[in-house]
Amino acid sequence: MSFVKSGLKYRTFAGGIHPLDDGKALTRNKREITAPLPKTVYLFMSQHIGAPAKPLVKKGDIVRKGQLIGELQGFISANVHASISGKVVDVTNLPLPTTGVKSPAVIIERTEEDLWVDGANVISDIDSISPGEIRKCIQSAGIVGLGGATFPTHVKLSPPKDKIIDTVVMNGAECEPYLTCDYHLMLDKPQEIILGLKLAMKCIGCKKAHIGIESNKEDVYRLFKNILADESDIKVDLMEVKYPQGAEHQLIKALLDREFKPTQLPLEVGAVVINVGTAFAIYEAVKFRRPLIQRLVTVTGDGVENPQNFMVRLGTPVKQLLEEAKISTNISKVIFGGPMMGIAQSNLDTAVTVKGTGGILVLKGAKQWESHACIRCGRCIDSCPYGLNPSELSITCEAKEFALALENNVMECKECGCCTYVCPAKRPIVHLIKFAKAEIAKQTAQRTVQSQQK
Amino acid sequence: MLNQTNNNLIVSASPHIRDMESIPKIMWGVVLSLIPAGIAGVFVFGYYCFYVVFLSCITAVVTEIFILSLRKLPVLNTIKDGSAVVTGILLAYTLPPGVPWYVPVVGSFFAIAIVKHAFGGLGNNIWNPALAARAFLQVAYPVIINSDWRTLEQHGAGKLFHNIAKVDADGKLVDAITRATPLAKEAGADMYNFAQLFVGNIPGCIGETSAIALLLGGAYLIYKRYIKWYVPACYIATVFIMVLILPSKAETAWAKNPFYHIFAGGLLLGAFFMATDMVTTPLTKKGLIIFAAGAGMLTVLIRFYSGYPEGVCYAILLMNTATPLIDRFTKPRLYGAKLRKGTECKKG
Repeated sequence: MSFVKSGLKYRTFAGGIHPLDDGKALTRNKREITAPLPKTVYLFMSQHIGAPAKPLVKKGDIVRKGQLIGELQGFISANVHASISGKVVDVTNLPLPTTGVKSPAVIIERTEEDLWVDGANVISDIDSISPGEIRKCIQSAGIVGLGGATFPTHVKLSPPKDKIIDTVVMNGAECEPYLTCDYHLMLDKPQEIILGLKLAMKCIGCKKAHIGIESNKEDVYRLFKNILADESDIKVDLMEVKYPQGAEHQLIKALLDREFKPTQLPLEVGAVVINVGTAFAIYEAVKFRRPLIQRLVTVTGDGVENPQNFMVRLGTPVKQLLEEAKISTNISKVIFGGPMMGIAQSNLDTAVTVKGTGGILVLKGAKQWESHACIRCGRCIDSCPYGLNPSELSITCEAKEFALALENNVMECKECGCCTYVCPAKRPIVHLIKFAKAEIAKQTAQRTVQSQQK
Repeated sequence: MLNQTNNNLIVSASPHIRDMESIPKIMWGVVLSLIPAGIAGVFVFGYYCFYVVFLSCITAVVTEIFILSLRKLPVLNTIKDGSAVVTGILLAYTLPPGVPWYVPVVGSFFAIAIVKHAFGGLGNNIWNPALAARAFLQVAYPVIINSDWRTLEQHGAGKLFHNIAKVDADGKLVDAITRATPLAKEAGADMYNFAQLFVGNIPGCIGETSAIALLLGGAYLIYKRYIKWYVPACYIATVFIMVLILPSKAETAWAKNPFYHIFAGGLLLGAFFMATDMVTTPLTKKGLIIFAAGAGMLTVLIRFYSGYPEGVCYAILLMNTATPLIDRFTKPRLYGAKLRKGTECKKG
């Protein structure tokens, strides 16, 4: 507030939205609590973008916490580790909560004491460690972008040689409504997060870093500012409270004032973006050799009586967390992630937490909106942070005019949902664009096959 | 406990929350903002005006129900959105106060059936239904719409609300309010002072008489963000400048007075309520500014150099026609697109 009073404007970007009630108050004062150990965990081999990991265990094997059970395949992939100690009861295909596609998973039943596997949880020296060793630690710990995109972090920290990275940008925006897990992590572990950030900087070999925090988390900002008082190379700045402030493009625009196309990566403008959760995971992996087996998850919404921030082992059934948060009887929607980009779940029996799950949002009386013809009010265009014309895109995608949609940059859409949020005609714009993108991808694949056959 | 709820979970694409604004909210907001101008019209011209507005709205709604059922579309929800009522009110506001009852009925039917639904219904119409219907009526009933500003008594209207200022010492109704419009070009036409123009103590169409009532409604729409402030601002500013720089052939004293041109006639009604119609105007800010400037220029050109005293209606209709073209040339810039060109240059 002091910033507003002094007349300084917060850093931000053009477009975006902010709901009147962002739901963060539900869990703002709920400090991290550890969820009870699950009896069974379901560990998917595909909790990241890229090739699924290869299962290394079989039915009947005894595994211990932190043991490698899925090995990364190819360049863009990530390791998967056992999150509890016990017996492998099955290796089978289960529907992924993020896509619904059946995917290999390892099911472990907790039968052993909760002890780390040999080689994990040992303190190591992080002052003299080499960049190569940092990357190796991150890779073997199976760290992926914990902001939700789940891009393997060791790949992100290995930019091509011709791209010079001058700044690591750390995302402390947490712009998704309802979620507060990053806020609590920053509040509880600021030192560790900054050490993780420094390790990432060392890994890339870049000297500067810039941390962006939304102005509704001023306490965190002051905390970071104090810790970094003597460090001129790591800047901390407050940003306007606006969705999608934490997305790579908007974060880099706000902090570094650099622009790049939606389909391009931040390294095009000499930046790498990591989430605070990822930075913390990097610290844990390098300092203590602890692989990524747990994360903070906000369980919230009007469908739970006791919203909480849980420290959750990966692969924990969502039912267990919801019962812990006292779920109401008449819920109508369960969402993995935040309300803007989260994925609605169809079956609570198979839903388990994965690396990218930062929140589970439970809603009572979720509405289904009746959509109407576009009235050309232009709100979607004003809100689109990527300079697209969602109005026209939704109409062309609905009419299956894919060539026209391509001409209007449909592939550049990041599906942030701002257009759909503001639409007074309640048009399912993101849904239509997702549909068109999938159809276009299908057609392109077919065409490639046909041309190969010729 | 969970099993009971498991089967009826709603699955839909993100986002899962929506803004409170909706088409009905916007449309009924516009209706609300039009009420002050209507009250001013009834106060100045008598309660017969209320019948005109009422008749126009009822015809619009009935026509909408009829066409929707013909097209086998959901009737009730569409009626509730209020768009037909907005068209009805706007059309009535562009009519002279003493029009025979069948004029708003024919106009409203034309607006909804032809201008709106023949082109696909709300969201797909090319022209503003109310304005296109007014243009139609101008051709169909030229005498009534253009020059027949007869006294209210001649149309059988009562005197219930007629303005006290219009009654002279003997209590006789002075017919100043029913003479030619303030924008009439003939030499010797009445000129009205700004207090009259501002409050609405002038002859004219039902809804355009009171500047202050229109500004009030416009301010409400801007406050609610249902219209964009720069559209009326740019429209009015363009008229102001054009009146100053263009030579006028008219011999009236006010011919080159920009303030007179803004407050007399239908400019304020057009700028705040017609040029801001979402459906028939461009999508982007740049496009809307081009639209408003174009409408402003055409308004003055018609007022100065054509046979019509008033140009707002045709100016906006012509710009409605140009809207798809404006949209094509004012596409939003893809984020980061400039940068790509820059890097290409560097590499080259």
